[in-house]
Amino acid sequence: MWRYFIPIALIVLLMAFFWRGLYLNPGVVDSPLIGKPVPAFSLPAVADGSPPLTSEDFKGHVSVLNVWATWCIPCREESATLVQFSKSKLVPVYGLLYKDQRQDAEQWLQEKGNPYQLDGFDPKGQVALNWGVYGVPETFVVDANGVIRKKYVGPLTDSIVKDSLIPLVNSLNQEKP
Amino acid sequence: MKRWGVVLLLLLLSVPAFAIDTEPALPNAAMQSRYEYLTHEFRCLVCQDEDIADSNAALAADLRAEVYRQVLQGRSNEQIKQYMVSRYGDFVLFKPPFQPNTWLLWFGPGILLLLGLGVAFVLVRRRNQNNSTLVDDENEVDEPRW
Repeated sequence: MWRYFIPIALIVLLMAFFWRGLYLNPGVVDSPLIGKPVPAFSLPAVADGSPPLTSEDFKGHVSVLNVWATWCIPCREESATLVQFSKSKLVPVYGLLYKDQRQDAEQWLQEKGNPYQLDGFDPKGQVALNWGVYGVPETFVVDANGVIRKKYVGPLTDSIVKDSLIPLVNSLNQEKP
Repeated sequence: MKRWGVVLLLLLLSVPAFAIDTEPALPNAAMQSRYEYLTHEFRCLVCQDEDIADSNAALAADLRAEVYRQVLQGRSNEQIKQYMVSRYGDFVLFKPPFQPNTWLLWFGPGILLLLGLGVAFVLVRRRNQNNSTLVDDENEVDEPRW
């Protein structure tokens, strides 16, 4: 009896690993920036005459930063969700326009609605590099101390917002800065 | 005829060369070789099995440009690796660093090998004991016991 136990235990262990592996997404890489302060930066606004987006804008309140571009197809899917979340006015939503054209972005925001309180323009993606961005869209949640607490890779969906983003933002709002 | 066969074979074996890296050459050979070394060390996070030297992704081009800039500025290999790891995590390195959370990765194969050798040793010794006590005929073929 014993001689069968060890091989079967090994097989069960392997199967457990494989089963877990089926549900992992290799496209999502954990960010080492979680728990780190927002990198210092300053970006001009997408729209002429609007205030710039800087790292100072992340201090004193919880905020959400969405990295986006008009050439990014998943951003299209995400847009309505983001506009709706922004309308809830739970926290300010900032945008970072990644490697794009100003005119295209302004047209997009007019057509689809503008979820961003502030929208920084990063034409070469250099600030995004400091945020560890490796694709668009990506969405960061920053706490009131300006510390990055969460990163969503890929488009936000209504269910992600409802089940993850809103609960997270609510609990961060409870924390004392 | 045979010669054409060889030519055809060589043509089939040849691989098209694509110039992916469009960064200009660095001012000296030492910098250039460090650049080549570093761009082969970092993983492109978009197409994850390629290094940034061989990847066509826009992100890889940005990271090559960053490595280029930093090599030119005279930053050390260690500093440049630190720069990448602090933004993209250990996953950006093709060669995993040696640290507590990678011990299993580094020692795992050795441990498995030792386990295997241990099992083989026990099995062989058990069989020899059985052979000497139960089997008189030396020419009998050994059957696996399970």
